[in-house]
Amino acid sequence: MADRTGMVEKRGFGLWMTHLGLIVGLLFVFFPIWLALVASTVTQADIMEPPMPLLPGDHFFENYRKALVSGINAPVAWMMVNSMVMALGIALGKIVISLLSAFAIVYFRFPGRRTFFWLIFLTLMLPVEVRIVPTYEVVAGFGMLNSYSGLIFPLIASATATFLFRQFFMTVPDELAEAARVDGATPMQFFRDILLPMSRTNIAALFVILFIYGWNQYLWPLLITTDPSMNTIVMGIKQMFPSGDDFADWPVIMATSILAMIPPVIVVVGMQRLFIRGLVDSEK
Amino acid sequence: MATVKLDSLKKSFGKTEVIHGVDIDIQDGEFIVIVGPSGCGKSTLLRMVAGLETVTSGEVQIDGAVVNEREPMDRDIAMVFQNYALYPHMSVFDNMAYGLKIAGTPKAEIIERVDTAAKLLQLEPYLKRRPRELSGGQRQRVAMGRAIVRKPSVFLFDEPLSNLDAKLRVQMRLEIKQLQRRLGVTSLYVTHDQVEAMTLADRMIVMNGGVADQIGAPLEVYANPATEFVAGFIGSPPTNFVNAGLAEVETPNAAKLGIRPEHLEVVSNGMGRLNATVMYTEALGAETLVHLQLADGTMITSRQAASDPTAAEGSEVGLNWQDRDGMLFDQNGKRC
Repeated sequence: MADRTGMVEKRGFGLWMTHLGLIVGLLFVFFPIWLALVASTVTQADIMEPPMPLLPGDHFFENYRKALVSGINAPVAWMMVNSMVMALGIALGKIVISLLSAFAIVYFRFPGRRTFFWLIFLTLMLPVEVRIVPTYEVVAGFGMLNSYSGLIFPLIASATATFLFRQFFMTVPDELAEAARVDGATPMQFFRDILLPMSRTNIAALFVILFIYGWNQYLWPLLITTDPSMNTIVMGIKQMFPSGDDFADWPVIMATSILAMIPPVIVVVGMQRLFIRGLVDSEK
Repeated sequence: MATVKLDSLKKSFGKTEVIHGVDIDIQDGEFIVIVGPSGCGKSTLLRMVAGLETVTSGEVQIDGAVVNEREPMDRDIAMVFQNYALYPHMSVFDNMAYGLKIAGTPKAEIIERVDTAAKLLQLEPYLKRRPRELSGGQRQRVAMGRAIVRKPSVFLFDEPLSNLDAKLRVQMRLEIKQLQRRLGVTSLYVTHDQVEAMTLADRMIVMNGGVADQIGAPLEVYANPATEFVAGFIGSPPTNFVNAGLAEVETPNAAKLGIRPEHLEVVSNGMGRLNATVMYTEALGAETLVHLQLADGTMITSRQAASDPTAAEGSEVGLNWQDRDGMLFDQNGKRC
């Protein structure tokens, strides 16, 4: 009996500690976001005058309207459109290309199949930052600076996604492909009617990851877009910082930061169910 | 409806030859069962007929036309796979209709054909369900339905019942037999289960190590096995083999004498042609299996009716059989 109460007490204590730890951790992560949110609802003067306010002010609509419509270098609404095009282009492009290359590698025997697979796999070791100078040369040579194609194409090849789909396709029983062959399906019909619907949870999971990857691109857009109308929002925030002694319009910058967070949050929350299912089971 | 002809069909994987030349003429509407232990090449043979495996040499003819180079869909065949190979994301209806859709069949006809097949297989209530919401037996039926709706001239079955439990297997076995009778479609059926082979086949091919040891009607194969392997594989419990010397067989060349368990009679000690010790007995209800050991250590089995008196375990008994029931095999396992 005594033991049991002891256990309960211990467990209760552990439970409290766990929650306390989580709450403190959460506050740590959340505090800067809260500050940004507060800063986006007050005036420039409020921010400049110490101590900084910790409760939201009443300039919410004014600051956000200013950010969205006029911004500092370019309207933030326009930068969000650019970011959206880039993130969607990268996510969808990567998915299409890696699905097709995984399909080729798993289901067709062609000369150099293994070589190609390992070549794709090797590129995992070369992130954007490593190959950025030659890539810039190529993109500049094609005249793709300050364009959506320049933002999207160099980032579209994906070894990770190809590898993931390859692993998934290899778990699909061979009999399924054979049954489709007996049914008279061409390879592309098999791909479209059977493999694609079977991979939908994997596609959804990858879409979430790749969308955020594309949305958060910073260095590459910074390099190849000089025209403010092609700025993406993540790099645009940095561009809003003044050079020299100019004063920064902090409420507008903070409003932009908050706006930059919204689409990834929507994607994650909206696709959470599919996303987790895609990571946990492959639904065969 | 079609005839199928295999003409010295061979298959090699790399340098290893796995099928060493199989010949058979299959009549229109015949039910052929290919039976053998695992690794004997029976599935490979079927897959060559289906077109899923290339032919190394020889010919596959369907309705008189050589189909070696044709794609599976152009051979007018339908196949039922061991693990059913149903498309997991499609409803039962779509699974059955997929082949027809690809062939560009008009929608009304697809619906009509699938409904007919569903009625035949009692699948009507399940047409909207996904394969994973069905039981093993129902999945099996869907796989057959998918084959039926295409109205092929040849059905190919690759161990279709081996994923089912024993009771369901017996039931589905009967259903397959009835279905094949009703539709009258030429069928090739691969199995490792000799009971399935015996009950389903019009004729059976017993495969052993890539060779067709014997082709014939089930009862003929049972009564008159061509090789020691066939005698041992077909029938349960298997044929007993006794050294020719021990059984005092006079025929030259004979190395072994095969006797079916039901032809072996246990008599009292000293009264039989051989003496043996009763090791243990298994009473199965309708019949009793008596396992005995001969003087040279060979284990043999006798099957007797449960109503017959059973010898006590450990007792010495005699064994008798009729001369016409003895099957003689030479050194190479061939009948002599």
